[in-house]
Amino acid sequence: MTESDFEPKIVGFLCNWCSYRAADLAGTARMKYEPNVRIIRVMCSGRVDPTFVLKALSLGADGVMLAGCHPGECHYIEQNYKTIRRFKMLKHTLRALGIEEERVRLQWASAGEGALLASAINEMVDQVRKLGPLHWSGNWMDDEGAQEAIQALPSEHAEAMEVPA
Amino acid sequence: MRYGYYPGCSLTNAARPYEISTRAIAGELGLAFDEVEDWNCCGATEYMSLNKTAAYALIGRNLALAAQSGMRELVAPCSACYLNLRKTDHYMKKYKPLGKVTNQALAAGGLHYEPGSLVVRHLLDVIVKDVGYDAISAKVTRPLTGLRVAPYYGCLIVRPDFNGGSSEDTEYPTHLDHLMEALGAEVVDFPLKTHCCGGHMTQISADTAYELIRRLLQNAAEYQADLLVTLCPMCQLNLDAYQSQVNRHFGTDFNLPILYFTQMIGLAMGLEPKELAIGQEIVSAASALRKIGTVEEIEETAQARRKRDDKSLPMPRIREG
Amino acid sequence: MTEKVGVYICHCGTNIAGPVDVAEVARWAKENLKGVALARDYRFMCSSLGQEIIQEDIKNEGLTRVVVAACSPHLHEKTFRSACSKMGLNPYLTQMASIREQVSWVTEDRAAATEKAKMMVAGAVRRVQLQVELQPTEVPVNPNTLVVGGGIAGIQASLELADAGYHVFMVEREPSIGGHMAQFDKTFPTLDCAACILTPKMSDVGLHENIELLSYAEVESVSGYVGSFDVRVRKKARYIIEDACTGCGICIEKCPKKVVDEVFEVGLGYRKAVYRPFPQAVPKFPVIDKETCIYFERGTCKACEKFCPTEAIDFEQTDSYVDLNVGNIIMATGYDLFDCTKIPQYGYGRLANVFTNLEFERLCNAAGPTEGRIVLRDGVTEPKSIGIIHCVGSRDKNYHPYCSAVCCMSALKFGHLAMEKTGAEVYSFYIDMRPLHKNYEEFYDRLLQEGMHFIRGRVAEVTDAARLPGEEGKIIIQAEDTLIGKQRRIPVDMVVLLGALQPRFDAKETGLKFGVSAGLDGWFTERHPKLDPVATMTDGVFIAGTCQGPKDIPDSVTQGAAAAARVQGMIAKGTVLIEPIVASIEEARCSGCRICNNLCPFNAIEYLEDKEVSYINAALCKGCGTCVAACPAQAISGAHFTNDQIFAEMEGLLYDVIGSNGATAKSPQPVLEPA
Repeated sequence: MTESDFEPKIVGFLCNWCSYRAADLAGTARMKYEPNVRIIRVMCSGRVDPTFVLKALSLGADGVMLAGCHPGECHYIEQNYKTIRRFKMLKHTLRALGIEEERVRLQWASAGEGALLASAINEMVDQVRKLGPLHWSGNWMDDEGAQEAIQALPSEHAEAMEVPA
Repeated sequence: MRYGYYPGCSLTNAARPYEISTRAIAGELGLAFDEVEDWNCCGATEYMSLNKTAAYALIGRNLALAAQSGMRELVAPCSACYLNLRKTDHYMKKYKPLGKVTNQALAAGGLHYEPGSLVVRHLLDVIVKDVGYDAISAKVTRPLTGLRVAPYYGCLIVRPDFNGGSSEDTEYPTHLDHLMEALGAEVVDFPLKTHCCGGHMTQISADTAYELIRRLLQNAAEYQADLLVTLCPMCQLNLDAYQSQVNRHFGTDFNLPILYFTQMIGLAMGLEPKELAIGQEIVSAASALRKIGTVEEIEETAQARRKRDDKSLPMPRIREG
Repeated sequence: MTEKVGVYICHCGTNIAGPVDVAEVARWAKENLKGVALARDYRFMCSSLGQEIIQEDIKNEGLTRVVVAACSPHLHEKTFRSACSKMGLNPYLTQMASIREQVSWVTEDRAAATEKAKMMVAGAVRRVQLQVELQPTEVPVNPNTLVVGGGIAGIQASLELADAGYHVFMVEREPSIGGHMAQFDKTFPTLDCAACILTPKMSDVGLHENIELLSYAEVESVSGYVGSFDVRVRKKARYIIEDACTGCGICIEKCPKKVVDEVFEVGLGYRKAVYRPFPQAVPKFPVIDKETCIYFERGTCKACEKFCPTEAIDFEQTDSYVDLNVGNIIMATGYDLFDCTKIPQYGYGRLANVFTNLEFERLCNAAGPTEGRIVLRDGVTEPKSIGIIHCVGSRDKNYHPYCSAVCCMSALKFGHLAMEKTGAEVYSFYIDMRPLHKNYEEFYDRLLQEGMHFIRGRVAEVTDAARLPGEEGKIIIQAEDTLIGKQRRIPVDMVVLLGALQPRFDAKETGLKFGVSAGLDGWFTERHPKLDPVATMTDGVFIAGTCQGPKDIPDSVTQGAAAAARVQGMIAKGTVLIEPIVASIEEARCSGCRICNNLCPFNAIEYLEDKEVSYINAALCKGCGTCVAACPAQAISGAHFTNDQIFAEMEGLLYDVIGSNGATAKSPQPVLEPA
């Protein structure tokens, strides 16, 4: 697969009440959008542990979309505010890891906003396509020296604990 | 507190009393004004409708000169100048092509203005926000007690409101009202306080202008105002200089002096009318000002008891905030 | 132990089979995905024949898991779950992949659609193998009900429940029930007297053996879950001993302190410091207003105590608390009126003769401050002309974008009453006329016949600045008459502003107490705007009346009755099933850090002081999973949405990246052995 016909693979976490219904609505209305986002249904955007995003990227996804109800309209009253907090922290970490802004996106979509969700998906796919693959699909466990590094830990730790008097 | 200062043409000529009174009170209020070096006319309200590019370049030059000299805030006492400066800064930022063309024109004179580098403010806003009502009240030595003052804002200070220039309501601002109250005056809440004074219609279609002026004077008179207080040289000119013409045109006999709010502040702070260029107005303020010659004791009127046969209904309570 | 997964790809006619090569997806799944015992494709899986196929396979092939790739789970998840459970397979051992709404209907390229469908199926297949059996919990339903709010919606709900034989607690904030309807004079379109149709219902509530009325009281706190809510109610001190009070009203007569009544008379009339909001108040007991009573202010007077024949005055009374246990709650808390001083150009508060809709109702009402005479602020003069302005604060992006539903009809009603009582000329300034329901349009026709004037145009200004002859001493309404394309200035004696209906000032806080959220506009959020307007997202809590959105009296009554019917259904059934999709904390892993404690809006997480760990009350948990994601020790797991299940689904979705084994097969995760 050459870089020019690269098609990004994006994992989407959509909350059951608003954004998943928005995706359903986009379907019912036969809106056509890019097929690159593969959707996982969660009950609430608050269920999404930031490590899910990192896991998805480490498995080989080129991007992750988080979608939930608009702030103030969460089915569980206020859980999407926690999503916002976690997302901001996650973005910080992603930046430090060198992952581009466009690869992880938080999108609010209410149950009636099928068109909004579809256009957000199109926009994101377009952006990630331009960025190219993440090239992260390798398991660090396969790295040479990784196993040795782990074995060396206990002795290194013991060494560090010996503080000269 | 230091500010860049843009007086504009009218303050150097017909509205000199505005300039003089502003300078007179500035020190007391802790305000220092640095006049923009080599400023030019802002084009008032006409130039925009004749040649937009030239108009923006004309105004832009003042912005460029002010920003160049290191000023961050530019204060204009005249509402039209204030609006023009603010509008130009706002549109240069909002419409990139306009910004580019204007800067190209300015480049011919070796100048450049980066939109957003200055905050343009009206003098009233500076006095009310940065000095504050309490600080002004504290400086009042001759409260304007018993003087019924009608605050007249005119239209340009409130509309359009570029970029949140004023936090006041565009239909019903109250900062000048509160300022006059802080000086001890009795504020007359007349409903036409943001209605047009006719502007340059006095030159183009005098009948229209006279009607607009008549309505304002009529309303203020009905509300038994002793004088009108303005913050725009155009409004002051129209209501003052054309008052006699209005009287002749309609057969009315208005005799309402029109003063600048800076002159009122000065009077309340104990300055003499001469220092504030009071006496130069066409409709003399002398009789109105006689009311504040002495300070009278205001009796504490207790809450009036409702009379037994008073059938009137209470007015709605105005909720604060 | 490997599972035997049955995979079923639905054609849904040509909806899926058109864009997606369903046979290929089935073949691919059988060949490539671990655990798949069989894979079929069929025209309509949701049909009885389709379901039978699954059931046969469960019986004959011994399937332990089922995946159906078809439409959205929102449509048929229940269908397939119950098909499986009928054959003895736990319903939570099924999973759907939405390859219609999310693949076939939205993808243009056939190849891409088929690929995506394969991935979705792979995700579902992986996930389902990690799913476990779950059982819903059955809890009993307490037959008592709490109704919050004593307006017409709350009254209707209470009476229906009480008449059916169930016990109702009604909590009302004001000293009397009746709500806003009690303030009205007549109701549209029948022009029935509001009090005449309301007071019989109010008396019924007061006398009903099944209704316990807690008036002048507010709900302090709510805990529990559907079927068993614990509610604490604060009864504010009336300073009247209810058992002794006969309702004679001598205290009110003798009280020397008169104040403006801001609530019932909307600031237009007076009441005493000890008062009943209106003569037909239910209950009949008056209330002493601590803020204005001379005794509380200065320690003197006590006229009421002196004259009370039954010694029912008690200045030492304090607020008391009542604890209730109910099975269901109906919220019917009503609305507040828009503060018209926010639109200064309409002159309310500055110009004497500008009134609001509620104020005008009080003027018309025969028991009101003017005994039913429509007069100007001087209390004496009848207006000869009245201007009624629609949409004050409504349909206005500066204040409320919504339409308040009742104002157009109120305008017609006011017009009729004004013309009848005073013969005045009435002008209505509207944007659109909205007489929507039964007999409303006919009422509009009637007013057109009666000679009411209608001007289509949003009012620019209400002013007393006269400009033209005939305007002196009048209030001038300036508006553009859009139908004739001209500016008009209409001088009138009186202006009535139809202020918007807006949510109660404390609606949001109140809602949160009950677990009900408010939308962007502030109205309580219903479960589904079309199909479920009285239920909320919190099981056991219902909403009725204007607290859900602006509406007229018939609609409020309907919603009150609907909520009562829903509650009766719950009570009749006797028990309610609580979904097993809940979170639970593994005590061994919990270090007691309490990060999770504040994350639950339903207060399902408590901290156990003795064990120093946190604990989740499964009955209160709604299954959002926020605490699951937050636990730093991963001590909390969310049933049916565990981390492992989600990772498995993710790996399936990325099958074309990581291949058939997946990352979890390669690298073992460290596993904590339970202590």
